Amino acid sequence: MLSLKNSQHHGKKTHWNHNLMLKSILIANRGEIACRIIRTARQMGLRTIAVYSAVDTDALHVKQADEAWYLGGASAADSYLRADKILAIAKQAGACAIHPGYGFLSENADFVAACQAQGMIFIGPDAPAIQQMGSKSAAKLIMQKAGIPLVPGYHGDHQETDFLHQQADHMGYPLLIKAVAGGGGKGMRVVTDSADFKQQLLGAQREGQASFGNPVVLLERYLVQPRHVEVQVFCDRHGNGVYLGDRDCSAQRRHQKVIEEAPAPGLSKKLRQAMGEAAVSAAQAIDYVGAGTVEFLLDSDGKFYFMEMNTRLQVEHPVTEMVTGQDLVAWQLRIANGQPLPLQQTQIALHGHAIEARIYAEDPSQDFQPSTGTINYLQQPLTAPDIRIDTGVQQGDTISPFYDPMIAKLIVFADDREQALGKLETSLQSYHVAGISTNIDFLRKLTKLEDFATGQLHTGIIEQHQTQLLATNNIDLHTHIALACLALAPTTAHAGMRLNQASIVRLPLLIEEQQLTVELHLGTSYSANISTPDQQPFNLTFSGTRTDKQLQLDYNGTITKAGYSQLGQTISLFTMAGKVMVEYNRPQLDDYDQHNVACEGDIVAPINGNLIACMVAVGQTVAAGDALMVVEAMKMEHTILAPATGVVNEIYYNVGDLVTADTQLLHLEPQQDGENEAS
Amino acid sequence: MATLHSNINSQSADYLAKARAMQELVKDLQWQVSEVTKGGGEKYQSKHLARGKLLPRQRIEQLLDVASPFLELSQLAAHDMYNMSIPSAGIICGIGLIHGRHCMVIANDATVKGGTYFPMTVKKHLRAQAIAQQNNLPCLYLVDSGGANLPQQDEVFPDKEHFGRIFFNQANMSAMGIPQIAVVMGSCTAGGAYVPAMADESIIVKQQGTIFLAGPPLVKAATGESVSAEELGGADTHCRTSGVADHYAEDDQHALLLARQCIANCPQASGNNLPRKDSLPPRYAAEEIYGIVGTDLRKPFDVRDVIARLVDDSQFDEFKALYGTTLVCGFAHLDGYPIAIVANNGVLFSESAQKGAHFIELCCQRHIPLLFLQNITGFMVGKQYEAEGIAKHGAKMVTAVACAKVPKFTIVIGGSYGAGNYGMCGRAYEPNFMWMWPNSRISVMGGEQAAGVLTQVKRDQLQAHGEDLSNTEEASIREPVLAQYEHQGHPYYASARLWDDGIIDPQQTREVLSMAIQISLNKPQQATRFGVFRM
Repeated sequence: MLSLKNSQHHGKKTHWNHNLMLKSILIANRGEIACRIIRTARQMGLRTIAVYSAVDTDALHVKQADEAWYLGGASAADSYLRADKILAIAKQAGACAIHPGYGFLSENADFVAACQAQGMIFIGPDAPAIQQMGSKSAAKLIMQKAGIPLVPGYHGDHQETDFLHQQADHMGYPLLIKAVAGGGGKGMRVVTDSADFKQQLLGAQREGQASFGNPVVLLERYLVQPRHVEVQVFCDRHGNGVYLGDRDCSAQRRHQKVIEEAPAPGLSKKLRQAMGEAAVSAAQAIDYVGAGTVEFLLDSDGKFYFMEMNTRLQVEHPVTEMVTGQDLVAWQLRIANGQPLPLQQTQIALHGHAIEARIYAEDPSQDFQPSTGTINYLQQPLTAPDIRIDTGVQQGDTISPFYDPMIAKLIVFADDREQALGKLETSLQSYHVAGISTNIDFLRKLTKLEDFATGQLHTGIIEQHQTQLLATNNIDLHTHIALACLALAPTTAHAGMRLNQASIVRLPLLIEEQQLTVELHLGTSYSANISTPDQQPFNLTFSGTRTDKQLQLDYNGTITKAGYSQLGQTISLFTMAGKVMVEYNRPQLDDYDQHNVACEGDIVAPINGNLIACMVAVGQTVAAGDALMVVEAMKMEHTILAPATGVVNEIYYNVGDLVTADTQLLHLEPQQDGENEAS
Repeated sequence: MATLHSNINSQSADYLAKARAMQELVKDLQWQVSEVTKGGGEKYQSKHLARGKLLPRQRIEQLLDVASPFLELSQLAAHDMYNMSIPSAGIICGIGLIHGRHCMVIANDATVKGGTYFPMTVKKHLRAQAIAQQNNLPCLYLVDSGGANLPQQDEVFPDKEHFGRIFFNQANMSAMGIPQIAVVMGSCTAGGAYVPAMADESIIVKQQGTIFLAGPPLVKAATGESVSAEELGGADTHCRTSGVADHYAEDDQHALLLARQCIANCPQASGNNLPRKDSLPPRYAAEEIYGIVGTDLRKPFDVRDVIARLVDDSQFDEFKALYGTTLVCGFAHLDGYPIAIVANNGVLFSESAQKGAHFIELCCQRHIPLLFLQNITGFMVGKQYEAEGIAKHGAKMVTAVACAKVPKFTIVIGGSYGAGNYGMCGRAYEPNFMWMWPNSRISVMGGEQAAGVLTQVKRDQLQAHGEDLSNTEEASIREPVLAQYEHQGHPYYASARLWDDGIIDPQQTREVLSMAIQISLNKPQQATRFGVFRM
């Protein structure tokens, strides 16, 4: 329940059940958004119907819903994208409406049309609105007509040099010349001065011709470090439209938002109003109904340009809920029920500041590759009216390669941005996940950047500070060794007992890529002799206690508290420095097991996923670096390259098969270059 | 249960002096032990490590579970016995956990005279096997030994309790279902070759372990055949061709992991299911034992003050508290396990001996392990006592102790003299374990008494001829006897010769006993049948 302190300021208590036709809804989604929708639907007295795929049998949304229906196999195509099946279940289960969440079928106009054709309420806009916004070029035309500002540019057929130069001077500098057929930066030039235009144009045309066989270019205003600012709009079926403030979502990696906040910091009241009104106009231009988001690029000179409109509830809607004190899912349901907007524009007041951090199962150090596996340990910050967690996972859940790797959203609220950032930091610090990699520490570093703290946001902020953001943690090694010892100190009877000598346990540890041997003397306090391959041995004396989830270390007069979890030989320590992994390296028989070691030439899957392509056949000779296969996991393609020249002599899987990490996919018989068969 | 009230004035001069004196002895003990853990010394250890081998104590650590305790036996074996230093008699024996199961580990220390067997090495090896057999513990032999120490061959080869007995024990323990695992991590020559050959399963490290009846020099001499050690008896030969070894290891670590796996594959039969309660610490600090007992055996102390610092919650239910009071008998729990304690509180009289025999019978009937706390000068002497038959009463107690089939543990906490040693379950009565405190002494009688007897005999002789013993003459008889008894009665002297299983710090006694009880419970309960009691 959204029970913000400030909700009283907005005054209006709504009684949703009044005249509600909707009695039950089917949620055609999974994860946190399905749980989020169930929560509000419950509060409104609706029966909630979940759907689930083969791997989601035990998922949180299935547990939380009143009932759950099986959809199909693990892949989205077999389950959450099965429009026909979902509609059939909705009817069979007696649902009055379908809430699509975000992603999956949420912006699928055909599905919306099918729902409407079968008399099922789709909680969202009508099909034509989705269609119109679905095509970027079409959307831009509509927006242009409606007077919504677009990034200035020339996209026409006239390619004469002087004409283009004239257009360029007209729109102003800096600007971008792009080969229409271009990509990957080729055929693209930034021009900062009219005097350089001709030379750069010729260059771009030449490159376009050489690389893509097409010299046609377009001109576009080059925005230097623009921000991504979007506006939440709502429209009902009675012709009313309002905006519920703006959000800054500039912090993005791989074109995906990771931090969102409301309101967008540092905007003048006038600018906010202008953007808000433009957004409502944009929505009304397509007869929009329901929740929508109009995304703008905000230039450093305070001008904003339409980018696109998302015709659904956004991932980041909670920050708007926090600052408006409104429940946007409730609004959606109310509008779907045919009721008018609960508030007029003048009744919508903003209060305080909210920030959302998206917690992803991913490894920032590996180019943000999704991380699959089991969440063996999950300890979340305590929630409160000002600290909200929208999550769809629980401890023990497996992050599969089939869906988006976002596992939760952490939303904090405070009177101002500075306090909100403080709360975000302490909450992220007490967000502990083990078993998979997450971006939690990355988010902490990101929000602590000076540029971020001072509101100097732009869409390239992560790229700009990449080195700093991806640098390995500079941890206090001694404290972490002591913590690891506390976590591992045996509590069994007579642990490490030696006759007439100190009780001792030897712990081979790998911590922050450092190999250590710790000789831990047990007693009322601990004494550890630590030797490393390349440093002088040293000694640490400390004491402390350990509970199920927490360590309390007393070292050098300082008491440090840390969370921890142990899984097999891996200990995750959660300290101020973030998550620090410690491997406890006792040798295993398997380390010696010859049969488990992949032979030279065995090509193994890099990740759990779907084998989507195989470029080679048995008997084929390949050169080192040739692409062999492609494994798809979490919307990402991983191409497997031949490590050496050789002949493919066996292929163990077919395209379409699911493969788990480290399984042998094919065998390559390596060949020496220039090997003489005759000899 | 009855609580022992034991309030000691830990500020009294007497207490502090005693505590200091005991502290000194314990410190010396710990220093002696730290010395023997250095094995053959840095030079030989570095050479050993340079060959890619682990030191024996490292091997044991890798073999045992993480954080396993290691109850080492006879750390000071062979102490000061030979004209050279043979730390721990060149063999490390002890009990630790492998996959949670108590196992006896017997590891040669090749840095000590090539791991060859001195007389005490043999005795220690056999004692470890005896403990394994008595307590039903799988045996792991980490072999790295040149075999019998040839200059000492007459003391290690031919007799019943000599080298050959090792294999006799292996065969018989195997027959009893006690796993015998050998890990060949170095030489295993001649007689030594039978350790892996007699084992249930054996593991050998490649290019390091060798097994042969005769090494290359002997083969050359005997047959003229020229062959390398590896070819003659290396891992490849024995794992692929001869079948003398079963598992092929890449290195020490691998071999030890394989040995762990062998134990994992031995299903463990249930042992003695003695019921256990929750463990409670004693109400009084163990360190106070130092100040209570001290180091002067002539100064008596109440043994209940010691018991109060050993047993759970200092709860002790005395049996016949008002009868034969010089022997304290009673029931308690130690780390949750029921234990029956028989402890000296003065010289043994007929009543004390009868009470002891009665109590031991009780415990055997109830299958309660027995703990003997020895501090005994002996049985009372004199006309009155002989007349009332103290010999037969003493014999009852000795019979009871000898026949008792419950686990027995003996700790010498003071003197251990004469027949008192027998009645209180001395070495000859096969306690599962026997330890000494550093302040204790063991001999047929006290030095004073021995000197007194010898001077009296001399005086009688002289007086028969009408002469008498001068003070100087008396001193010349007394002094060497006192010195001899002090030297030979010392726990280091005793421990060096394996009259015990080691010397322990009084403070560690409770922990050691707890482990010992657990270890003894690997053997199922046995019924006791007593011999004829002389009534």
